[in-house]
Amino acid sequence: MKKEPLIRLVKRDTLSVPKVVLIYAIAIVVSLMLSALICSLFSSKNPLAFFEALFNGALGSSRRVWLLLQDSALLLGVAVALVPAFKMKFWNLGGNGQILVGCLAAISCMFYLGGKIPDPLLIFIMTVASIAAGAIWGVLPAIFKAFFGTNESLFTLMLNYIATGLVAMFITIWVKSGSGVLEPLKAGNFPKLFGNRYLLTVLVFFVLTILMFIYLKYTKHGYEISVVGDSPNTAKYIGIDVKRVIIRTMLISGALAGIVGLFLAGGIHHTISTASANNMGFTAIMATWLAAFNPLIMMGTCFFIIFISRGMVEVRGSFGFTNDSVANIVIGLVYFCVIACSFFITYRVVFRKSNTKNAEADEVKGDKKV
Amino acid sequence: MTLFFVSAISIATVLLYGCVGEIITEKAGHLNLGIPGIMCMGTAGGCLGVSLYMGGLSSPTEASWILLVLISLLFSMVFAAALGGIYAVLTVTLRCNQNITGLAITVFGGGATNFIMSFVDRTYFDPAGKLLSSSLPFADSLGGFGRVVFGHGIFVYISIALAVICAVLLNKTRVGLHLRAVGESPATADAAGINVIMYKYAAIISGSAIAGIGGFYYIMDYIKGSWENAATIEAFGWLAIALVIFVLWKPNIGILGALLFGACYIVAFVIPNITPTQREIIKMLPYVVTIVVLVLTSIRKKREHQPPASLGLPYFREDR
Repeated sequence: MKKEPLIRLVKRDTLSVPKVVLIYAIAIVVSLMLSALICSLFSSKNPLAFFEALFNGALGSSRRVWLLLQDSALLLGVAVALVPAFKMKFWNLGGNGQILVGCLAAISCMFYLGGKIPDPLLIFIMTVASIAAGAIWGVLPAIFKAFFGTNESLFTLMLNYIATGLVAMFITIWVKSGSGVLEPLKAGNFPKLFGNRYLLTVLVFFVLTILMFIYLKYTKHGYEISVVGDSPNTAKYIGIDVKRVIIRTMLISGALAGIVGLFLAGGIHHTISTASANNMGFTAIMATWLAAFNPLIMMGTCFFIIFISRGMVEVRGSFGFTNDSVANIVIGLVYFCVIACSFFITYRVVFRKSNTKNAEADEVKGDKKV
Repeated sequence: MTLFFVSAISIATVLLYGCVGEIITEKAGHLNLGIPGIMCMGTAGGCLGVSLYMGGLSSPTEASWILLVLISLLFSMVFAAALGGIYAVLTVTLRCNQNITGLAITVFGGGATNFIMSFVDRTYFDPAGKLLSSSLPFADSLGGFGRVVFGHGIFVYISIALAVICAVLLNKTRVGLHLRAVGESPATADAAGINVIMYKYAAIISGSAIAGIGGFYYIMDYIKGSWENAATIEAFGWLAIALVIFVLWKPNIGILGALLFGACYIVAFVIPNITPTQREIIKMLPYVVTIVVLVLTSIRKKREHQPPASLGLPYFREDR
């Protein structure tokens, strides 16, 4: 008889929440210690200085705290936009493009209408334009996915580049000097809330997150999304119009991403470049996935990702690295560790027992469990 | 006109390496969105190899062509394969989500490449680039035709050879049959006694190694050793993934597809007397074309034009 292999894998039952949190915490700590070691290796500094710089960079002053909150809110906004699509197993990799067209729509309103109509009206028009632009960019791949089964991840990916191209094209029209840099526009800037220019962004996306949580968990639409995601055949069988759900969900997804673009245009930069989306479309995919598609947990994951990347700005300075690539390396390492630890949540590693009887007993028990 | 074809072939070569690498990976059932990062990593590896080799010489004129080609090939393939190996461990052994892992690989690969390139000694990149892109000696004597067909560095011909070899390997040999079986239905392949895990690892790692050469080729041959950042190579990586769909998972058609993409990409730069606005519009062309092809193939639904059936799904033997 062939021997049982030394190591084998068994699928787990669902783990208790504290255990899952513990596994993730270990993964994050391990990845950060790894990053600290690498950074100190290349700069001959104390690894502990890494953590000091990391925290200082993210939380060192009240301005830094607000920037951290604002950037987390923006990323959260993108994550909220993507999460209904992902719950439906629609791989929307086009967040960047949807943000960019939203931003572009708002900036065009600011450029062409600015100064001609009162600001409140302008901001209203900008909002409508951004939402419409984002929704169009989101619904295009959805229509083809619904009717022809066109691969959505590649379609949305290509739309990112077309959006970038559109932005580059409009900049060449708007900037006559050929410098390629659009000066910040004065009209249509969002008002400060209680004298704080970060607060509005933070509040809006916080509220949107809560609304998305309710939408996904307690409404009929949310239920339909999760059925379509888990099993399209079941959805058809119980009478859900799968095509309609796909198109409707992507309208919402794209529109929400457009709102993020609106805030980039009206609330933060007041200008646009091909890099305005700052790759948030991809970063947010990580954030939603790490949060297991739960909008409330996403608040934590978005905050964590931005915390690391803002903290790394300080690490870069104090460790004397010349370019910003170190942040990407550290974030990449954190991703690897967290992704790898998802394995230990789904599977259990079983080693061969020396006593065959024991192994058999375990087998029976294991079967019952599964 | 000659310049247009020569440049189009150069861009096509970058895309062809990425495309062939991704086809092999996808044939094993793994959608590797980490290809952009892996191509960057190949660039970093190859450049490191070049700087180590050139740095060890007393003067750049001493460099031997064959050694330079071999060393840079080896370095770029090893670096790219190493990153592909991380992807393989995470998605094959640990069965993590392929899209998420791929994106993480791309983030990490781009960052690591920028980081490595910031301390690689680039003094001799210019002579090394010239040496690597030196054409066959009789090319110029054959006029414009000769320059288009024979006027490229060795890496162009390696890419075409690789594409042809891969096409034959996939469709005419037992190894290729097994690999396709693994990609279509790993459970069936497993039952037929094919070592699924081994095939998946081999496909991902060799595919990554091939893709890695593409990024290195772009830096050394096309832009002759200058370096800004990894963003351009990442863009080529995404385009290469699109190309895989465009050529319907067939490496031999990939040669023609890559040429078409390369021509679309380069046409904006060679047409004289156009406004910057028109140039930006033309630069969007390859992406629009890809979307059109994507839509058309999905409408036609021919069986041999579909992606491998288990693409993107993890395989767990006890899951049946």
